[in-house]
Amino acid sequence: MGSNPTVEMVYKRPDTFTEVSTHYCPGCTHGVAHRLVAEVLEEMKLQDVTIGVASVGCSVFAYNYFDCDFVEAAHGRAPAMATGIKRVLPDRVVFTYQGDGDLASIGMAEIVHAAARGENISVIFINNANYGMTGGQMAPTTLPGQKTTSSPGGRDIEQTGFPIRTAEMLATLEGAGYIVRRSLHDPKNIRKAKKSIRLAFETQVRGLGFSMVELLSTCPTNWGINPLESLHWIEERMIPYFPIEDFKVSASVSQIRV
Amino acid sequence: MTKELLKGNEAIAEAAVRAGLEAYFGYPITPQTELLEWLSKRMPDLGRTFLQAESELAAINMVYGAACTGARVMTSSSSPGVSLMMEGISYIAGTEVPVVLVDVMRGGPGLGNIAPSQGDYNQIVHGGGHGDFRPIVLAPASIQESIDLTVEAFDLADKYRAVVVVLVDGSIGQMMEPAELPPMQPLERRDPEWAVNGALGRDRRILSSIYIDPEEEEDINVRLLKRWNEIEANELRYREYFMENAELVVIGFGTAGRVALSAVRAAREEGIPVGLLRPITVSPFPYARIKELTNLACGMLVVEMNSGQMLHDVLTAVGSKIPVEFYGRMGGVVPFPDEILDEIKRLCYEPVAPSENPRTSWIDRLEHAKN
Repeated sequence: MGSNPTVEMVYKRPDTFTEVSTHYCPGCTHGVAHRLVAEVLEEMKLQDVTIGVASVGCSVFAYNYFDCDFVEAAHGRAPAMATGIKRVLPDRVVFTYQGDGDLASIGMAEIVHAAARGENISVIFINNANYGMTGGQMAPTTLPGQKTTSSPGGRDIEQTGFPIRTAEMLATLEGAGYIVRRSLHDPKNIRKAKKSIRLAFETQVRGLGFSMVELLSTCPTNWGINPLESLHWIEERMIPYFPIEDFKVSASVSQIRV
Repeated sequence: MTKELLKGNEAIAEAAVRAGLEAYFGYPITPQTELLEWLSKRMPDLGRTFLQAESELAAINMVYGAACTGARVMTSSSSPGVSLMMEGISYIAGTEVPVVLVDVMRGGPGLGNIAPSQGDYNQIVHGGGHGDFRPIVLAPASIQESIDLTVEAFDLADKYRAVVVVLVDGSIGQMMEPAELPPMQPLERRDPEWAVNGALGRDRRILSSIYIDPEEEEDINVRLLKRWNEIEANELRYREYFMENAELVVIGFGTAGRVALSAVRAAREEGIPVGLLRPITVSPFPYARIKELTNLACGMLVVEMNSGQMLHDVLTAVGSKIPVEFYGRMGGVVPFPDEILDEIKRLCYEPVAPSENPRTSWIDRLEHAKN
C-alpha cells in the first residue's frame, strides 16, 4: 500500500502512553491531565529517564497508563518518595502525580518541605474539590457550602475552615522555581496547562528547583452533575476561589522558551 | 585494623558507611541523634546522600523511594519516631525492597523518656506496621556486635529484599567501648533486576505494594511467608554461655542479656548451675532451641528491660513443660546484675511451679523491692 502524501498524522496516542483504557469515570479530566504529561514526556524525549511517583486517590493506578518506570507511594508521601529517588539518581527526571486530599491534606508536610528544600522534582497536582476515590468526601479544597458525602449540608466554614490555596502557599517558599495553577475546563486552558507542564519539566531538567502545576479538574460522578455542567462548574465556582495564575516563576525559569 | 574507643551510635553509623551505605534519611531524636549527626558530615564528604527529613514519616518514605532504585539505604530513630515509621515499613515490606532501620529504644509509652529500654520488642518483632509480614530483627549487646550486625543487616536486606532492623537500646547507642570497624567496602552501583531507575534499554518496571485482586495479594502473602520460612531456616542466630550442665536457663537479649551474663557468671562462681541463652536474632526467634533446652533445664528465667514482651515468645516455645519466671525493669531502668543474681538464687533455692502468667508474681516482687 503506497502512502498518500495528502494524509498527515495530526493526532495519535503518545508513545509514552500504554495501550490500555483508563479506569477513570466518564467526563473526568484526569485523562486529559495524563495525556498532557505523556505528550510532554514524549516531546522532551524523557521516557527512558523518567520515574513517576503515583499517589493514593483516583490516580492510584496512574502507573498503568504511563509507559515509564513508576513507583506507588503511600497516601500523601509521594514528595518524600520522589525526594529519595531524586537524591540517589539526580540525573533522572522524577515527577509525582497527586490529588488534593493526598497533597493538601494528609501529605501537606511532605509537599511543603519538598518545595522548601527546592527539591528538583515536578508535581502534577489535581484539584477536583473532593476525595474522589473514596466516594466524594470533603477535601481541603472543597468550596464553602459545597455538598459532599461528609459535608452533606454543604461545607460549613465555621466548623471546617476555608479551602486551602496550596499553589499560592507554596509559592512563598524560596525553593520553589515554578508554581502555577491551570484549568482543564476548555481547549484554551488545556493548551495553557500543557505549556505549563512542559515548563515544570523544563525547570527540573535545568535543575532550577521545585516545580508544581495545579490543575483544576472535574469530578462529575461525585459532584453529581453531568460532564458538561462539570466543566462549567470549574469556570463558575472553582476559578473565582482558585484563580488561574502564575504564582512563582523564578528569574531563571522565566528565561525558558518552549 | 585496631580497636578504637567508639560511641555506639557513631560506630553503627560508620559501620553502615563502610558497608556501602549510599543514602541516609533521618530525623533527630534522643538517644539516636549522634548517628544522624555522624552521617551528616561523613556522607557528603564521600559524595553520598544525607538528608535530614521533616519527620520520621518523611524519612521512612524517602528511604522507601531510594530503596526502589536499588541503592543501599538506611534510616534510624528511637521508639516514638519508629512508631511514626510503621506506615512506611509496611509499604517497604509489601514492595519487597531492602531497607535497614536502626531503632535505639527509649522508655515509654508515649513521650516516655530518653533512658534505655527494650519496650519496642512488640512494636518491632510482632508489629512493624499493618499486614502480613515480619522484619528480620538483630539485637546486639555490645558496640562490636552492633558494628558487625549493622554490616550484616545490609547483606540480609539485599538477600531477602526485606526490612532488617538493628534493635538496640539507648545505653548501646550512648556508651563507648573499644571496638574494631570493618574495612571500607568499595561502593558498588547496584542494578538489581527489579530496580526502578529509568527504563533506558529495557521494559519499564513498576514497584508497588498494591495488589488489588485479593487472590493476587494472597499469592504475595504466600511468597512473603515462604521467604520468611527460608529466613527462619537459615538466619537464626543466638549465643549460649555457661550452658554445660545448666539446670536453670536465663534468657535475655541485647543489654538485658549482657547484664544477665554478669549475673550468670557470678552465680557460676558460687557453684549455681545456670546458663544464659542470648538471642541475637529476636526475629526469627530461637523457638526450637528453647524447646530443646526444656529437656536439659528444670527452670527458665526471662530477663528484659520491658514488661515481658519476649517472655511470650519464650512461653510459646516452653509451654507448661518447665516453670518460666520473669524479671524485668521498665521505664528506662536498667537492671543491676545483683538484681538478676537474686532472681537466679531464688529460683535455684525456692523452686516455683509453672505459672500461667509469670508477670503477676514479678510485679509483686518488684513493688516490694521498690517500697
